[in-house]
Amino acid sequence: MQLFLFWCAALLMLVFGVAVILNRNPVASALSLVVSFLGLATLFMMLDAYFIGIIQVLVYAGAVMVLFLFIIMLLDLRAENLRKINWPATAGGAVVAFVFLIQVLSVIGRLTDAKKTFPPLARSTIDDVRNVGVTLFTNFNFPFQVIGVLVLVATIGVVVLSKRELANK
Amino acid sequence: MAIPASRPNLNWRERAFLPAIVSGLFITWRHFVRYIFGRTKVTIQYPEQTRDADLPDYYRGTPALVKDEQGRIRCVACQLCEFICPPRAIKILPGEIPTDDRFAKVEKYPEEFDIDMIRCIYCGMCEEVCPEQAIFLRKDYVVTGFTREEMVHRKDKLLEIGGVMHGVVLKWNDKK
Amino acid sequence: MYSWLILSSLAKIVGILFVVILPMVSYTVYAERRVSAFIQDRPGPNRVGPAGLLQPIADVVKLLIKEDFTPAGVNTFYYWLAPCLAMMPSIITIAVVPFGSTLFDVPMVIADVNIGILWVFAIGSLGVYGIVIGGWASNSKYPFLGGVRSSSQMISYELSLGLAVIPIFMLVGKLRLTDVVRYQIDHGWFIAPFIGDWANPVKWLLAIPMLISFFVFMVAMFAETNRLPFDLPEAEQELAGGYHTEYSSMKFALFFLGEYTAMIAGSAVMVTLFLGGWHFPGIPDGSHGWIFGLTNIVVFFAKVTALLFFFIWVRWTLPRFRYDQLMRLGWLFFFELALVNIFLVAGILACFHV
Ligand code: SF4
Ligand code: SF4
Repeated sequence: MQLFLFWCAALLMLVFGVAVILNRNPVASALSLVVSFLGLATLFMMLDAYFIGIIQVLVYAGAVMVLFLFIIMLLDLRAENLRKINWPATAGGAVVAFVFLIQVLSVIGRLTDAKKTFPPLARSTIDDVRNVGVTLFTNFNFPFQVIGVLVLVATIGVVVLSKRELANK
Repeated sequence: MAIPASRPNLNWRERAFLPAIVSGLFITWRHFVRYIFGRTKVTIQYPEQTRDADLPDYYRGTPALVKDEQGRIRCVACQLCEFICPPRAIKILPGEIPTDDRFAKVEKYPEEFDIDMIRCIYCGMCEEVCPEQAIFLRKDYVVTGFTREEMVHRKDKLLEIGGVMHGVVLKWNDKK
Repeated sequence: MYSWLILSSLAKIVGILFVVILPMVSYTVYAERRVSAFIQDRPGPNRVGPAGLLQPIADVVKLLIKEDFTPAGVNTFYYWLAPCLAMMPSIITIAVVPFGSTLFDVPMVIADVNIGILWVFAIGSLGVYGIVIGGWASNSKYPFLGGVRSSSQMISYELSLGLAVIPIFMLVGKLRLTDVVRYQIDHGWFIAPFIGDWANPVKWLLAIPMLISFFVFMVAMFAETNRLPFDLPEAEQELAGGYHTEYSSMKFALFFLGEYTAMIAGSAVMVTLFLGGWHFPGIPDGSHGWIFGLTNIVVFFAKVTALLFFFIWVRWTLPRFRYDQLMRLGWLFFFELALVNIFLVAGILACFHV
């Protein structure tokens, strides 16, 4: 059952991941990405990492992709549908991707951790929300705060930039 | 020139929305409760209750052709109503009255007279324009049918609805 | 053991979905029509069956046998996909909501995951896709505008929605919804300090931020479910019906019912978070006998119904916001209010060491 579900989710993710780049229609690509995210979230949840999984859905599928879709739909990308395929570029990209795949495989093949099965968890359910929170606010408190400040600065920057744009007009 | 409409200056209480929202909720609640306890009675349960008895005189129901007191169709097929009808609901096929007829001076009579009740908007233009006072909007309002065909009132149907009506203008009479 | 789990889950899913939620959806539509009628001094649909109670059935039959019209130039696949996407998320949301205590020792929640509320938000946030895709695939101006409006509106109000519940989890310390209910049974409902240990003054103090939370959450819920006064994505007067303008027959019905399902799911979440879930003072939980288990379920849905009535009542009272007002309200007022509220609760918790 577990294995079957794993393959379902993994296949879903991969197929729709490929669909993201194969689709000519940008909206279809964006939606494929959403489905791919959902597959990824399922994989996380099967590893009992509910929190990461659901955040994946909440942040990426639920918010970021909605914004993407919003922008794609506002720009009129009809031309994208009609564009000819640039064969040399496609071939070059395929070669790069292939080389990268071989690299990844060889690295994974050399890792010993990848070959052994993990011992079963001590408890079947972990309170991963609490764990994530505790880790964030103790071990990684400083980086966490720095990121917080960075995001704040970025937000203020965006507001300032868009305001100035308005003033110029 | 665009004239900017001045917006009212709201005080802080109005700007907070909430008091207005709450009072609005109370108003709707009052209506709700009043209805629940049967204190509001404005709706007429149509097929069982009707207001046929007290329809006003100016009520505009279905248009219909009328006859005069001698049983003649007053319409002379002048086609003015067909022309004026805004949605083009009226279709008239005029027939000629033979010259040896007693009423030869009238010249035309409606051979066919159709009013498509799907199109009619009950505006009363036909009644207003008719020089012969031959078409009137009666008080009938129940026009039903399962097909489009049924919804077209033919001449006999129109006459049946119309009945007899007295009027001043009578082209059929000799005096004119 | 394993098969028993699957069987009982299946029974719960079928039971809750087909016996409770779906009839509830159709009768919410009926209630909407009746209540709106009463508010406007009309009787509303009262012909089909006694007091019009069979009206939903007539509606469904009508919608099913109506012509399913597909306008020219639509993106067919997405045009078909959108109504399904509109209905599904709100149904899935209900999976994590505890709708009763226990019945024959089976916990009355379909999936008791430890990330309960996050699940609700995550799946709820997927609901916008149905609307956006529907608007986009219709290849028409008004639906498109509706879809665009909806996406920005949902993103804006999701923030307030998320921030509004944080105070609760600061108190409870868990995200699991059954734990939230358990906490409220032990310590009283969040917005009703007179239930539970009412002699505790800190609880009364905490009730203030909880009321603010409830208020923000409810308003955000109105926005999320596209209900008036925030129904800009489907504003009839401006957009001729918005994202579902081009839909007919059962596809339209799915959009329509999806909205009501979202309303029910939202009310269920609200009841669980703020109104004590299935708890009612004086009624023990299901471990004391199945009759109590059943009563708990009834209590839960009674609360949901009360909230639904409120939803309807508000809809037929308020006019619609303008779009800039909506955005300003969301970003400049509710967002800040929810944020300050979190600090307030944190302050109270820190001062009184609760
Ligand atoms: S205007 Fe009067 S007389 Fe002329 S065709 Fe119409 S009904 Fe007949
Ligand atoms: S009432 Fe108006 S619409 Fe109807 S037939 Fe007469 S002119 Fe035409």
